[in-house]
Amino acid sequence: MPSNKSVSDAPIVQFTNCRILRSHQLQREDLWVREGKILNPEKLFFEEKGSADIQLDCKDCIIAPGFIDVQINGGFGVDFSLATDDFKSGIDMVSQKILSHGVTSFCPTLVTSPPAVYHQVLPQISIRNGGAHGAGILGAHLEGPFISKEKKGAHPENCLRTFEAGAFQDLLATYGSLDCVRIVTLAPEMKRSSEVIQELTKRGICVSLGHSVANLSQAEDAVQHGATFITHLFNAMLPFHHRDPGIVGLLTSDKIPAGRRVFYGMISDGIHTNPAALRIAHRAHPKGLVLVTDAIAGMGLASGRHTLGQQVVEIDGLNTYIAGTKTLSGSVATMDACVRHFQEATGCSVEIALEAASLHPAQLLGIEHKKGTLNYDSDADFLMLNDDLYVQATYIAGEEVWKQDAKGM
Amino acid sequence: MRLVILEDYDQASEWAAKYICNRIIQFKPSQGRYFTLGLPTGSTPLGCYKKLIEYHKKGDLSFKYVKTFNMDEYVGLPRNHPESYHSYMWNNFFKHIDIDPNNAHILDGNAPDLQAECDAFEKKIEEAGGIDLFVGGIGPDGHIAFNEPGSSLSSRTRLKTLAMDTILANAKYFDGDLSKVPTMALTVGVGTVMDAREVMILITGAHKAFALYKAIEEGVNHMWTVSAFQQHPRTIFVCDEDATLELRVKTVKYFKGLMHVHNKLVDPLYSMKEN
Repeated sequence: MPSNKSVSDAPIVQFTNCRILRSHQLQREDLWVREGKILNPEKLFFEEKGSADIQLDCKDCIIAPGFIDVQINGGFGVDFSLATDDFKSGIDMVSQKILSHGVTSFCPTLVTSPPAVYHQVLPQISIRNGGAHGAGILGAHLEGPFISKEKKGAHPENCLRTFEAGAFQDLLATYGSLDCVRIVTLAPEMKRSSEVIQELTKRGICVSLGHSVANLSQAEDAVQHGATFITHLFNAMLPFHHRDPGIVGLLTSDKIPAGRRVFYGMISDGIHTNPAALRIAHRAHPKGLVLVTDAIAGMGLASGRHTLGQQVVEIDGLNTYIAGTKTLSGSVATMDACVRHFQEATGCSVEIALEAASLHPAQLLGIEHKKGTLNYDSDADFLMLNDDLYVQATYIAGEEVWKQDAKGM
Repeated sequence: MRLVILEDYDQASEWAAKYICNRIIQFKPSQGRYFTLGLPTGSTPLGCYKKLIEYHKKGDLSFKYVKTFNMDEYVGLPRNHPESYHSYMWNNFFKHIDIDPNNAHILDGNAPDLQAECDAFEKKIEEAGGIDLFVGGIGPDGHIAFNEPGSSLSSRTRLKTLAMDTILANAKYFDGDLSKVPTMALTVGVGTVMDAREVMILITGAHKAFALYKAIEEGVNHMWTVSAFQQHPRTIFVCDEDATLELRVKTVKYFKGLMHVHNKLVDPLYSMKEN
């Protein structure tokens, strides 16, 4: 039956025989899409007297909002912290390949690098919508160089910096431009961090605490000044102590300003965090958990040596270490594998596992009115998954941009 | 009147759905020759709607050439309010079937001129050639649609203030908060339903038993408006055992004895696949 053309000529697609994630539950409802957005079919029926142009049988699959990865350093041989000549084609390639992991939007992440790298690379990253060409880019995540020496992890010590002298101006001079920057990870115990956090927050940039030896009080201060995220909880920060829980204590802090929520990234690849620790965090503050991959260039490639900015990394199966050491450096996990591992380790519902990779990152970035949900008028970025949470197809703006082929490759 | 008595709610719902299905299919609706159906809301017809949806999903029944006219709608409730009758019809019926949205008519309780809206509705029914089969329910106070006790038996579609009984019965849909329940509604009149070529009333549950008794064993009376259908040439009352609890044993035995005749109306159950 043709749709009513008085409002729009665009075709209406009705996805049937599926279970959609809406209002925190998997519901047996059809998903309607028009012009790249989720459509309200009741409004269509009564106000426009319209109906679907195309009906697709989804064979009882799960439909969930597309995953959003806010910490990914590269993949498939591409390293976002390397200023190569073909950087643009590198980021394009990664954005296309991660569609098969269910990622429809991401924040390309740069680890601690010399200013020259930021000045060359950042202008080549542009915020853009996703599509058949690849996942959408929400903006860059700059992890460092304003981090703690004691918790540098895999970051190169000789590139670490402070903003003691000129606070925000120092930061701006280091990065060159903040036009396409969405998240900055810094260590809040650093002198003048409050000013920097305030200034970044004022500019709409999400401030994340990480690679830090801050105590709880310093962390709470940072949150008062605007910080809203914790970079890979547990890793590169002081361990939880019962008399000073450190940054981990933010999960249950009573000093969070009213109406605000602190989110925390978790790499649930089975390596970075013991499942028991994952469960403790999840149970303490379930609504703040954001799954991230922290994937590096070696993700998607065979074991062996790869780079991570200025460092060389050794990959053996799922383990990724700075070459010759036992220091973890990023991961080679894919987002869908993280979702599955998270669900298995915590025993949580499928809905909660899926929201940790979609709704929560969208809420963190303040974009949940258009991403991260299947609510009416949201961008139609979604995934078809089977009951074991393997991605069968990826859609961006209502168009199929990736599909599992018959052989299951 | 036919009084069709089934054992329980599920069987009553199924019988009613089968009857509607057969009526539509035997009518052979097509382009320009629509089957017009009057439809109710409430908890009683839910089982019947579920069965009709089942037949549709199996490919046995299409609503492509069916026009529907709902009995009523609350006044002042936003169309997308979860308790509006628009929401009810969308969630429980329209979204699962293939009816053309242009053919699904429901009174607009937010129209700027409510009486004009009612008059227009009557006109639409007339233009559609009248109603072939009007399906309705009965309130505990014996009302049909929102024709509360005291409504004229020749009434047409109009604005009505709801009786306290009805408001109390509806409170369960509004979190038990009486102040949230709408107090007015637009409704088809008793006369409007009487104009239909055939009427089917669904009555299930012991709480409706007294109303059924008043409707069919006592006289035609505007205090029990469903009693008007004693004067309609083709009315079927479909009920479950519990709804017959206030009837005379003789009445129940007589009609149960006719079930083999009644069942010929639903067996065989037709399918559009054969056409």
